Amino acid sequence: MRLAAIESSSLVASVALLEDDVLVAEYTTCYQKTHSQTLLPMMEQIFAMTGAEPESLDCIAISSGPGSFTGLRIGSATAKGLGLALDIPLVEVPTLEAMAYQLYGNRDLICPMMDARRGQVYTGVYTFTQDNAFICVKEPMAAAAEEILAFLNARGQRVILLGDGVPVHKELIEKSLTVPFSFAPAFCMRQRAAAVAQLGANYYREGRAIPSDQHAPSYYRISQAERERMEREHGA
Amino acid sequence: METNQDCYILGIESSCDETAASVVKNGREVLSNVISSQIDIHTLYGGVVPEIASRKHMERINQVIRQALSEAGLSLSDITAIAVTYGPGLVGALLVGVAEAKAIAFATKKPLVGVHHIEGHICANYIENLELEPPFGCLVVSGGHTHLVKVGGYGDYEILGRTRDDAAGEAFDKVARAIGLGYPGGPKIDKAAKSGDPLALSFPRAKVGGSEYDFSFSGLKSAVLNYLNESKMKGEQIVTEDVAAGFQKAVVDVLVEHSEKAIEEYGFTEFAIAGGVASNSALRAGMEEMCKRKGVKFYKPSPIFCTDNAAMIAVAGYYEYMAGTRSGSDLNAMPALKLGER
Repeated sequence: MRLAAIESSSLVASVALLEDDVLVAEYTTCYQKTHSQTLLPMMEQIFAMTGAEPESLDCIAISSGPGSFTGLRIGSATAKGLGLALDIPLVEVPTLEAMAYQLYGNRDLICPMMDARRGQVYTGVYTFTQDNAFICVKEPMAAAAEEILAFLNARGQRVILLGDGVPVHKELIEKSLTVPFSFAPAFCMRQRAAAVAQLGANYYREGRAIPSDQHAPSYYRISQAERERMEREHGA
Repeated sequence: METNQDCYILGIESSCDETAASVVKNGREVLSNVISSQIDIHTLYGGVVPEIASRKHMERINQVIRQALSEAGLSLSDITAIAVTYGPGLVGALLVGVAEAKAIAFATKKPLVGVHHIEGHICANYIENLELEPPFGCLVVSGGHTHLVKVGGYGDYEILGRTRDDAAGEAFDKVARAIGLGYPGGPKIDKAAKSGDPLALSFPRAKVGGSEYDFSFSGLKSAVLNYLNESKMKGEQIVTEDVAAGFQKAVVDVLVEHSEKAIEEYGFTEFAIAGGVASNSALRAGMEEMCKRKGVKFYKPSPIFCTDNAAMIAVAGYYEYMAGTRSGSDLNAMPALKLGER
């Protein structure tokens, strides 16, 4: 089974190629350049470097959100275009899930938090059981940083935090968390397509692939115009 | 004669609120022209909401492309090159089409051609007029653009005049909202004006100092709004149809007058209109009459090729492709791309 994975939910642009159980290539950048200019050239490069042909792919794994609306869309449209052109399905891998999966086997709580602006983070809580089953402790959501920190305090377990929301809310985290905590080191601090690829492969084997036409990112937020309209209607 | 030299361009357009795909053969023959309009949802907000537009493009794009291929009776392997609008337009909306087109080009190893949206509108005139070839003059009027253009050759565009503030279509939308006709303003004003008296009210025709071909519509829009306010304060009855007709006439007069000036100065023997507002019946009639008077052959695309569509993108892409233009996998959306720029 050969699978390409795409991750573009934040400033990180990352692509990976997984063949059976071998991570053949991964290319990750975190740099001030638009994904529109980096993502597909990176994809092109890992195919050229490894001599893989796009036609040999069985499926595309896409980091499906939440995250930057524009970032997600560049990744999703790329994945959908590949799915359409190659006539292969897509596997949606929730972004926070893939981030937490980077800390495979960890029995502590794993809390990815992505900066969602407006004082909020996209976050969830995950962990691995004694027999390394990956479980979700708190479903993904857009919430105030304080809210997830209070949740973690109430759980009373050690926690590892990661994601680009961490530096944004570092002071608050250090001040508010009453449980033992640490920050993930750089190699697994932010999104990586390798994790999207592995989870994607797992889900593909579980039969969770979908036609490329059906995919759209999970934004976890409605647009500002919709929000304002709802407020107006509820206010009226 | 069918030869293997036939060139099939898949066009993709997502610059505003229409998700569109089309297959065009040899630059002129439209094999399919699929447009998925989002107008219903944007009408709820009184105009295009960029974030909603971007999300809708994402939901529809694959189906639209699939339908365009299937209506053309072709598969991707039959396609010679992929053309996509990369600007100008709403950046989030453009990015969906651009990323999709780039991925398809990469996966199929087909050439990719980035197309200028306005060049697409101009090229819409080639679809139904096989005899039309540059040079000619063209007036491009839409919700986002108002340009008077000299088309010197395929891919050779010189802007003679442009709007200094609102686009013509934007003025239609704003005035339609002010007189309670709602969105989209163009067709609604066109319809209301038909039962109004265009001479009942006179609104100003703006001149732009220093550039005889440039346009300005914000003064006209303000004049309409002022008239509405004053009438309201004086308790006078407002005849919506007359306002619509008077406003429309003021816009059309200026567009026609500038086009006529360009015909005189540049000696165009052929003149075309393009863009969403080119569907406006008063503009079509006014331009037709003027061109006839000047002895100039007048071209106007059918309304389906005036609105945002991908057939026009495929046509423009065809001429770019033939001229050797190729876009790379780093093609980016350019929301403020200028005509004639690359």
